[in-house]
Amino acid sequence: MCAAPTDDRDARHVSLASFGEDATSRLRAAHVLIIGVGGTGCAAAAALAAAGAGTLTLVDFDRVDASNLARQPLYTPADIGRDKVAVAATRLATQHPGISIKPRAERLAGEALQAAVHAADVALDCSDNFASRFALNKACVDTGTALVSGSALRWEGQVAVFGPDYANAPCYRCMYSDHDEALDDCQGAGVLGPIPATIGTLMATEAIKRVTGTGTPARLSLYDGSTGEWRQLGVSKNGDCPVCAAR
Amino acid sequence: MKTINVRYFALFRERAGRDSETVETTADDALALFRQLTDRHGTDDPRGHCKVAINDVMADWDSPVADGDDVLLFPPVAGG
Repeated sequence: MCAAPTDDRDARHVSLASFGEDATSRLRAAHVLIIGVGGTGCAAAAALAAAGAGTLTLVDFDRVDASNLARQPLYTPADIGRDKVAVAATRLATQHPGISIKPRAERLAGEALQAAVHAADVALDCSDNFASRFALNKACVDTGTALVSGSALRWEGQVAVFGPDYANAPCYRCMYSDHDEALDDCQGAGVLGPIPATIGTLMATEAIKRVTGTGTPARLSLYDGSTGEWRQLGVSKNGDCPVCAAR
Repeated sequence: MKTINVRYFALFRERAGRDSETVETTADDALALFRQLTDRHGTDDPRGHCKVAINDVMADWDSPVADGDDVLLFPPVAGG
């Protein structure tokens, strides 16, 4: 059961200018879909659970591996071999017993992915490959659902917010194309532990802003942890985008 | 001849060995400019493994470059 938004847990949100009781209530009623509970997903889920997002659906078919532990703090050595979403759901329920957490240990695609996206107020892309990212983006465009995209590798990360007005604004596919390929993955190129957490926490902020109607969505933000540099870029709608151009 | 400010982000900073440089070029678009920088990147086709922004807006490789433009090269990132 959700406690009243004025309980002590929410005190700093209630007292926050431009947030207050109304946004706190909207956050309590929000449903956030998180695809991937790895480095970015762990941080996003932990921040959203702590903040009191009412329902979190966690999707990941992967199991905890020892190589995850340096950047995925929801997991401990005792969890190695267990489904990530099951472990994460247990930890997050301890963190905030008042929210609903729905773990799904599967790879969502097609109609199942579209249905999961449609049921959510916002989707967070915490996956680790372009194929999954393109599939989630298409489901978001098809259902008119906002997408918060985050990624991390080596010393760097990226965050961007798309939709839900895809008729007049770009989608993820406008930014990346089928030609794009990751230079490497976390296994091949490595990643510094806190970089995905930095990105995942920013994704949680963008998700909260989206579901509560507060703030302004971030532009495409690039982070280089090796120098501490941030760059923010505009993304234009691609008139030839195969996903959103006809919207 | 145009003067372009080229900025290298993250992985491309490491590869170029510098944060930025000012380039005198006759390149008409971003792809031609990149190819003139080939020696610094060790590759002759950036499409697929490098993204480009012009004056802080993401651009295509066939986007024109003009005198005084600020061109940013940064890597695609899909890891989670």
